[in-house]
Amino acid sequence: MSEVIIRPASPFQGLRTWWMMLKISLEERLVYRGDFALGTLMRFLPIVTQVFLWTAVFGATTKTDIAGYTRNDIVAYYLLTMLTRAFSSMPGLSTGIARSVRDGSVKKFLVQPVDYVSFLLAARVAHKLVYYAVAALPFAGVFVLCRSYFPPVPDAITIAAFVTSLVLSFLLGFFMEATLGMLGFWFMEVSSIVFGYMLVQYLLSGHMFPIDLLDGVPTGIAGVSLADVVHWLPFEYTAYFSSAVWLGKVHGDRLVWSLAIEAAWVVVMAVACRIAWWRGTRRYSAFGG
Amino acid sequence: MVFPYTRRMHNSDPSATSAISDPVICVEGLAKEYRVYDKPEGLAASVRSLFHRTSRIVQAVKGVDLTVGRGEFVALLGPNGAGKTTLLKLLSGIITPSRGTARVLGHVPWERADDFRRRFALVMGQRNQLWWDLPAAESFRLHQEIYRIDPVRFERTRDELVDMLDVRRLILQPVRELSLGERMKLELVAALLHEPEVLFLDEPTIGLDVVAQHTIHEFLRGVQSRRRMTVVLTTHYMKDVAALCERVVVITRGDILYDGSLAEIVDRFTTHKIVTLDLDEAPNQATIERFGFPCECRGPQVIMRIDRHRIAEVLPAILGSAGVRDVSVEDVPLEEIVAELFRSDARDAATAAEHAS
Repeated sequence: MSEVIIRPASPFQGLRTWWMMLKISLEERLVYRGDFALGTLMRFLPIVTQVFLWTAVFGATTKTDIAGYTRNDIVAYYLLTMLTRAFSSMPGLSTGIARSVRDGSVKKFLVQPVDYVSFLLAARVAHKLVYYAVAALPFAGVFVLCRSYFPPVPDAITIAAFVTSLVLSFLLGFFMEATLGMLGFWFMEVSSIVFGYMLVQYLLSGHMFPIDLLDGVPTGIAGVSLADVVHWLPFEYTAYFSSAVWLGKVHGDRLVWSLAIEAAWVVVMAVACRIAWWRGTRRYSAFGG
Repeated sequence: MVFPYTRRMHNSDPSATSAISDPVICVEGLAKEYRVYDKPEGLAASVRSLFHRTSRIVQAVKGVDLTVGRGEFVALLGPNGAGKTTLLKLLSGIITPSRGTARVLGHVPWERADDFRRRFALVMGQRNQLWWDLPAAESFRLHQEIYRIDPVRFERTRDELVDMLDVRRLILQPVRELSLGERMKLELVAALLHEPEVLFLDEPTIGLDVVAQHTIHEFLRGVQSRRRMTVVLTTHYMKDVAALCERVVVITRGDILYDGSLAEIVDRFTTHKIVTLDLDEAPNQATIERFGFPCECRGPQVIMRIDRHRIAEVLPAILGSAGVRDVSVEDVPLEEIVAELFRSDARDAATAAEHAS
């Protein structure tokens, strides 16, 4: 009898299901729009202290730039980093996954014909869309107020690269945190692992300072600085990279290469996330449930 | 009360199993073992357990054989921790077994093929499928997509289910604002939208009031007979069983203790009947002794337990005694029968363990 009611699988079926998941998640997130509005305002507070700090640093030196950044560049950098972080940060994603494993609500995704990772992605896209809708105005306001800190608007290619890097940074952030959350299948509590990750992320993503500051830092290998190593890691693509692209710090071959590295990390983390889900559910089935 | 027969009593006769026509659930030697870690009390023990943990194997389900035919309504009964829920989890593919085989609708459940998952449903607990912050109608729409239900068919099924449970006014309200009973009803609607051929229910009426329980019984009975759906439910309420299930599978300590009809349980495991007499006045000691059976007196009412084989023989004498205004003869309540069934099994286990040691 079920054969009658199941619609034949069209090539767009996956897309349709995904679209419905997105719509439902959107509606769910809109319930919390007030929380978002407040969260957006809070986001701008830390930047004020950063500006004061760097003003003091520049006041104490006679140099006009540090690692290629003028005082204006630094302010522009932090503002842009905030924008990038609005794409790549995934509040509550990994802890949410781990919680669903602990409290058993993940079972639903074993019983129903729906893929958990796709579902999480749809929910996260919805989360971000609602966030941007709420945050667009305050963001625009701050950028207009601070426009004097920014260099002239870059060329179309740079802007295209910037937008691409933002989209990739969203995917990278998603798959990294989702993989982290899947560790919940092995550990009861992932919050300390998440904390460790956040710490490394904060230091190496460029959230704390531009990665260019690590340019001269030796690694013990001749001719390889710490910045060179960080360029090969995924972290800087979640904050530093997009900002540096907009500010014209990365261009030419290095821009192409960096985008390729970022895309490669997205693929690696997406595969890692999949594997973690497969192995995790196998383990869950065998031991818990 | 001592049972005449409390050994393993399910049909071990293979012809009985194969007699079930069109089987949708076939389970053979299905077993699930868990390793659990013991953590003794105290801080010192907690520190020691960082380095060395003692573990033991718990056999949640031990070698169960079970065949369920299309359209059957089966209750899994058993004390807490008997393995009922573990069995449901095995059948719905949430967990993989340690040994044994199972086929549900021709599929191995724990392979979790989408074809299989579109044809059954599992309702477990109250916060299961519905989105907490959204009206149930939205969750229903999502199910339509996930299960690929034809839009026309979807609306028809949804309206039908919603009307049967009389919850139309609830489906546009955020789920978190609903009561336990209302949520359970909507969970059931969500689970049945894709017209599953097999439905697993884990304690569907737990925590609900009598009216809600009754509504859910009526609903399940209606849907089940109309669609010829196969339903397996676990419960602790004999009301559920009496209202819904022709077949009862009693599980204790991971093993099937009894598999048969409800009527047969009553028939096989009741040794006594309950006779209630309404007298003109509260009886004195001499009257009670005259009855010759252990009695419980509540004012002018006397309740006696009498061997069921002797009822016909002793009842005339009792009725002949002076001052009997009314009499009723009833079976022992189902709850009591099943409770005693569980208890006697636990006693058997204890005895067996003593012999072994």
